[in-house]
Amino acid sequence: MSDAVHGDHGAGEPAHSDSHGSLRGYLIGFILSVILTAIPFWLVMSGVLNSKIATQLAITTLAVVQIGVHMVYFLHMNTRSEGGWSILALAFTLILVVIALIGSLWIIYHLNANMMPDMGQMP
Amino acid sequence: MEMTATGGNATAEAPVFCLAEEQSHAAGSTLLGFWIYVMSDCLLFAALFATYGVLGGSYAGGPTPKDLFELPLVAVNTSMLLLSSITYGFAMLTTHQGRVGATQGWLIVTALFGMAFVGIELHEFAQMFHDGATPQRSAFLSAFFTLVGTHGLHVTVGLIWMVTLMLQVGQRGLIADNVRRLACLSMFWHFLDVIWIGVFTFVYLGGMLR
Repeated sequence: MSDAVHGDHGAGEPAHSDSHGSLRGYLIGFILSVILTAIPFWLVMSGVLNSKIATQLAITTLAVVQIGVHMVYFLHMNTRSEGGWSILALAFTLILVVIALIGSLWIIYHLNANMMPDMGQMP
Repeated sequence: MEMTATGGNATAEAPVFCLAEEQSHAAGSTLLGFWIYVMSDCLLFAALFATYGVLGGSYAGGPTPKDLFELPLVAVNTSMLLLSSITYGFAMLTTHQGRVGATQGWLIVTALFGMAFVGIELHEFAQMFHDGATPQRSAFLSAFFTLVGTHGLHVTVGLIWMVTLMLQVGQRGLIADNVRRLACLSMFWHFLDVIWIGVFTFVYLGGMLR
């Protein structure tokens, strides 16, 4: 019994060890995250870009980069973990998220525009 | 050699009631299964973000983000969650080194940062309610409280889970089952920080730009 359980740990361990990070990895992720959080707050609070659209684009880009940093350094996402199934699930989820977000905004903004009060008075 | 020691401890401390072969399989697939749960949770948040994206400008003559949001407070809140992410990372590192005391220490630090986050958020909500900015006031506020409240609820559940794991690690040490549970909570906790990046960028900072 003991041997069986013990052997099983031996087999499980190598797969396990590449799924958790190193101190260096966590610190790199943390420092990058601090920088990528501080910049958007600074951009919005100081209003240095003088353009709302430019600021919006900049903070969106920084958020996407920061999500990538978290995925790699904190969630240890790579093409090898779980034999590639983790990243496959992530890719599928991202496709659905993009469809849900862009689809909702696109369709509902059009619906909203078509439901303006003066539309009812049209023949 | 180390593996022999951990394997021996696990059986000495806890009777095993299932087949060893099955246990090995379960430990490996639990992490993937939990990751797929996290991804489904991500879809839940995508729906809430889409709702906020559509309704975020419908103020119904009520307060706007500029009237309500205090960016310095949001920055403090963001740093609390980011700090809790890195300290949970340290807890996982000490877990894999088999250091029970250090793991529990980092879990306590993480839980304190998490509680500070929830506390600041509740303070913010209380302030908004006091100013009459309740979820019933406008579509913007309904969407805001649903999205940010769901995230806060997730963090609260994560905290309950964390306290449970501290007790379990205290009772039975860093056995394979507890290491697996800690790894699942690690995914959940870091995922909540990822969602918060979306919240502070699109809800708080984006709200100020509307």
